[in-house]
Amino acid sequence: MLEISKVSKLFNPGTVDEKTALVGANLIMKPGDFVTVIGSNGAGKSTLMNIISGVMKPDAGEVRIDGQNISQLTEYQRSRWIGRVFQDPMAGTAPRMSIEENLAMAYTRGKSRGFSFGVTRAKRDIFKKELQRLGIGLENRLGAKVGLLSGGERQALSLLMSTFTRPQILLLDEHTAALDPARAELITTITESIVRDMNLTTLMVTHNMEQAIRLGNRLIMMDKGRIILDVPEERKKDLTVEQLLGEFERISGKKMADDRIVLG
Amino acid sequence: MLTSMQGAVESGLLYALMALGVFITFRILDFPDLTVDGSFTTGAAIGSVMTVNGTPPWLAIICAFAGGALAGTCTGLLHTKGKINGLLSGIIMMIALYSINLRIMGKPNVSLRGFDNLFTNVSTLTVMIVFVVIVKLLLDLFFRTDLGLSLRATGDNARMIRSFGANTDITTIFGIALANALVATSGALVAQYQKYADNSMGIGMIVIGLASVIIGEAIFGSRTVFRATLAVVLGSIIYRIIYAFALRVEWLEASDMKLITAVIIIFALIVPSSRRIWKQKNIARKRTAEMLNSFENTQPGGGR
Repeated sequence: MLEISKVSKLFNPGTVDEKTALVGANLIMKPGDFVTVIGSNGAGKSTLMNIISGVMKPDAGEVRIDGQNISQLTEYQRSRWIGRVFQDPMAGTAPRMSIEENLAMAYTRGKSRGFSFGVTRAKRDIFKKELQRLGIGLENRLGAKVGLLSGGERQALSLLMSTFTRPQILLLDEHTAALDPARAELITTITESIVRDMNLTTLMVTHNMEQAIRLGNRLIMMDKGRIILDVPEERKKDLTVEQLLGEFERISGKKMADDRIVLG
Repeated sequence: MLTSMQGAVESGLLYALMALGVFITFRILDFPDLTVDGSFTTGAAIGSVMTVNGTPPWLAIICAFAGGALAGTCTGLLHTKGKINGLLSGIIMMIALYSINLRIMGKPNVSLRGFDNLFTNVSTLTVMIVFVVIVKLLLDLFFRTDLGLSLRATGDNARMIRSFGANTDITTIFGIALANALVATSGALVAQYQKYADNSMGIGMIVIGLASVIIGEAIFGSRTVFRATLAVVLGSIIYRIIYAFALRVEWLEASDMKLITAVIIIFALIVPSSRRIWKQKNIARKRTAEMLNSFENTQPGGGR
């Protein structure tokens, strides 16, 4: 499904600020895989996401989806296959536009946009049905400006917008990190049910160790631009947070340094 | 007085298309486009020269529309593909158009006296009301289409709409082109109305457009696109009425108008924002007082 082979990325190459974000990173995801990603500060988690989604192009290496090399495609060209939810609840929606207009834009993902109406009666019915899945009453507020919604509501909407057209790959970039615990839990629950119901191939970065172990069928750990640990489903079931931190120390020879880390 | 009022409404409608163009770049795309000063004259130049050469006035205006779109496309390309700062790409095009406009006209000004124009034999007011209403409604409809939505999203959250597959370079270029096409159309109409085109008639146009947008939004609100475009059209008319009144003040001269426009904009920009800050401060003070009150009342009172 998704194949990342020998991908490297340098920031500010050739200057004193040169920083290695990724070095020869390899990752193969099978259809339906739900992989959680953890790692210390500057491990390259966000860079990995940006390289897959096309925000950045790799200096070396290839990204393939269904065998097709997409390394040189731009972000908007790749959006046909890739859905993404950002950490910032403000990032995934357009605040001055209504809920139904936002959904209409998500609905045309990967299609060419012309002069047909964005919101039609038929689409409105679809949007209502989809919004009901979230269970937070947004289906009754289709005409409301998204800027009026709370952070949690916006994030739930972003999640729905990135998934209801069934992308090949779903990227979740710490999408619960900016929310309070209750709302984060709600979004996590919604994420789980959407990914399960639609059988989406998902890659999720998180700072929450407990969440990383609980969610998904595979866990990878990153450090200094490398994937240093890949825990398959059988081992992941019995994994604890202590074991995970122990593994990190053993492989990288240092303690997990992450100022935002949540243990569980 | 009544005739000057009618004249003010007529000019307001003529310049309303220009204001709608400025609205598209400033408000919808969030792109401060200074091309307007040049493209307004470009429209006037194309419209006038073609009229003088015997083209039917309506065809001349369509060509002015196309000319403006071309100018806007150039600005859009400079900004998106050339990665030149938005303000600067507008200024570059404005300067370039100054020479281009002279080339189109062949001389600094063209008189249209004695030639048929759009307003010959019909009431300017009627023609313009119909024309502006049609353009306004077409714009409203456009901003509800898939392309229109992605254009609005480009100004609202470009990162988001890119992640849903819109090429924001294309939507930006398209938006700037559409805006300048409207501006040029307005220029051609103004030239036909006043029966001459002048190479300096576009100077300060961006500020007048901005004033119309701000006045309109401040008075009529901008909750929806429908409401906002209506506000811009009405704002343009109100600006011309203020202009007409200012001209009647004895110690003011016509040449002071640009200064007055600048003052109007400064007020229109500062008043709403400082009122908002003042309001918020008041609410915060009230809420704190309430909280302190309820805190004191629920204090157990023991312990001392």
